[in-house]
Amino acid sequence: MGAIRLENVKKTFGTIDVIPGVDLDINDGEFVVFVGPSGCGKSTLLRLIAGLEDVTDGKILIDGIDVANEPPAKRGLSMVFQSYALYPHMTVYNNIAFGLKMAGESKAVIKEKVQNAAKILNLTDYLERRPGALSGGQRQRVAIGRAIVRNPAAFLFDEPLSNLDAALRVNMRLEITGLHQDLKTTMIYVTHDQVEAMTMADKIVVLQAGRVEQVGKPMDLYSNPANKFVAGFIGSPKMNFLGGDYAKKHNCYEIGIRPEHFTISTESGDIAATVKIAEHLGAETYLHINADGVGPMTVRATGEVPLSEHDKIWLTPEPDRIHRFDAQGTALAKQ
Amino acid sequence: MENKQTVLGHIGFSIFAWIVGLLIFFPIFWMVLTSFKTELEAVSMPPAFFDFDWTLENYAEVQARSDYFRFALNSVILSVGSTLVGLLFAVPCAWAMAFNPTKRTKDTLLWMLSTKMMPPVGVLVPIYLVFRDWGLLDTRFGLIMVLFLMNLPIMVWMLYTYFKEIPSDILEAARMDGATLLKEIIFVLLPMAVPGIASTMLLNIILAWNEAFWTLNLTTADAAPLTAFIASYSSPEGLFWAKLSAASTLAVAPILIIGWFSQKQLVRGLTFGAVK
Repeated sequence: MGAIRLENVKKTFGTIDVIPGVDLDINDGEFVVFVGPSGCGKSTLLRLIAGLEDVTDGKILIDGIDVANEPPAKRGLSMVFQSYALYPHMTVYNNIAFGLKMAGESKAVIKEKVQNAAKILNLTDYLERRPGALSGGQRQRVAIGRAIVRNPAAFLFDEPLSNLDAALRVNMRLEITGLHQDLKTTMIYVTHDQVEAMTMADKIVVLQAGRVEQVGKPMDLYSNPANKFVAGFIGSPKMNFLGGDYAKKHNCYEIGIRPEHFTISTESGDIAATVKIAEHLGAETYLHINADGVGPMTVRATGEVPLSEHDKIWLTPEPDRIHRFDAQGTALAKQ
Repeated sequence: MENKQTVLGHIGFSIFAWIVGLLIFFPIFWMVLTSFKTELEAVSMPPAFFDFDWTLENYAEVQARSDYFRFALNSVILSVGSTLVGLLFAVPCAWAMAFNPTKRTKDTLLWMLSTKMMPPVGVLVPIYLVFRDWGLLDTRFGLIMVLFLMNLPIMVWMLYTYFKEIPSDILEAARMDGATLLKEIIFVLLPMAVPGIASTMLLNIILAWNEAFWTLNLTTADAAPLTAFIASYSSPEGLFWAKLSAASTLAVAPILIIGWFSQKQLVRGLTFGAVK
């Protein structure tokens, strides 16, 4: 079981409010991703849940029991660190076994559990090696192995993939998702990468300056962002924001249109623009354009588009995909 | 042209370094040489370098007259003892400062170091009186306490710089794994800091071994280490250079040998954190 509930959790460092007060419900077995720009407090929030930082105020309930004043070891959680944080002087076997040894498990039980974890994570051949003799991906797997043998109420991941190269990151992303499907244990995953958030999460928590901006399923956040911050943060390339006359036409302060929600024409349309750079990726084409009266925008077209720099084009936003915002950046109902 | 100048510069510096090195080494070399001479040759002018009658009689006489091994044993007990007691205090202290710093940690460190700038003679009388009243004069225990307190600031500083290099993530991982504070220090921090602890211990053994002020003032016979052994030759037998040299050679030999074999470790320890 691993239902986690945060009630008005606050954290201040000196006079700085890092987390001004967060309420959050995480259901048992859910894969929750905390996402936000660097310095938004997502790692701090995770460390508060882990017990590595003390809360200034508020409650952290794990399966209904307030653990806000318990040491990390008593919370029954496992954590995977960005730096892997393996014990460099121990073999892979001992790294994975350390938590079980601390819990006073018998040698036979430890051996069985470690070997089981090693099998799941393809580490059986490396058990006698030290972390220094492993590749980045293998080290990451050892860190995960160390977490799973303890059979925790929930896994906490602190940007676990950011030290890996791009190709490995995609692999590990799939492995962690697969692990979640197998174990069905609650996972809380911190990242600044919205692609990781979109692909892995059951539920995304978007944070900015220690505040929860929006909580929801990935596609809810994509289709119905609560405000301009979430709209701009979720989705890649970023949403385009247009003010002035375009916004007035829709009775709001600003409108937002995702790069993939335009119809492109070389003859006519709502917005006239000139292509500055065309990035042809084969499956899709990114057009970085300069729109008349608006400025730089990004447009994404499916497949190959025979356009290159200096080409004149016209764009028409898909009407039901236009997001409207007021002057404070809060989303308004779609028209 | 420029290359040639650099090469010449390197040669110049090398020669200079050798001269400085030899100048520093010469007194030790001369002491060792004198210890193998007769008393007459030891004071002869011009001094003989190698063409004298090599003899071991000074060593035999020194051992016969004053029991070298008793002093040596005291030196070992005092230096190793004070270092081990020091570690017991310095490790938790450095751990706290490196991993749980407060805004006053830097000040505390500087304050600790500043105590090393005080001339020890300034506190000789109070400490002597305390020793006298508590019956600690000429006891190994008393001297271990003084030596450990004298070197504690340096031990804390060295361990602190070492611990600072250890990522706190790893200690936090241990905490997540359910390790108590003591287990975290014993099973994770200490094994990772072995090189740092080794060089800290070495340096402190050397410092305690060579410490002459407190060992001379607070001991007479029972707890007297090798410093007192040399000193006993310097005043009443001041003219017997050869025997004094033999005694001094015997006193510095163990630490010189340890120092020689561990110099890599020592240099690394002393410059740790300064260069990465």
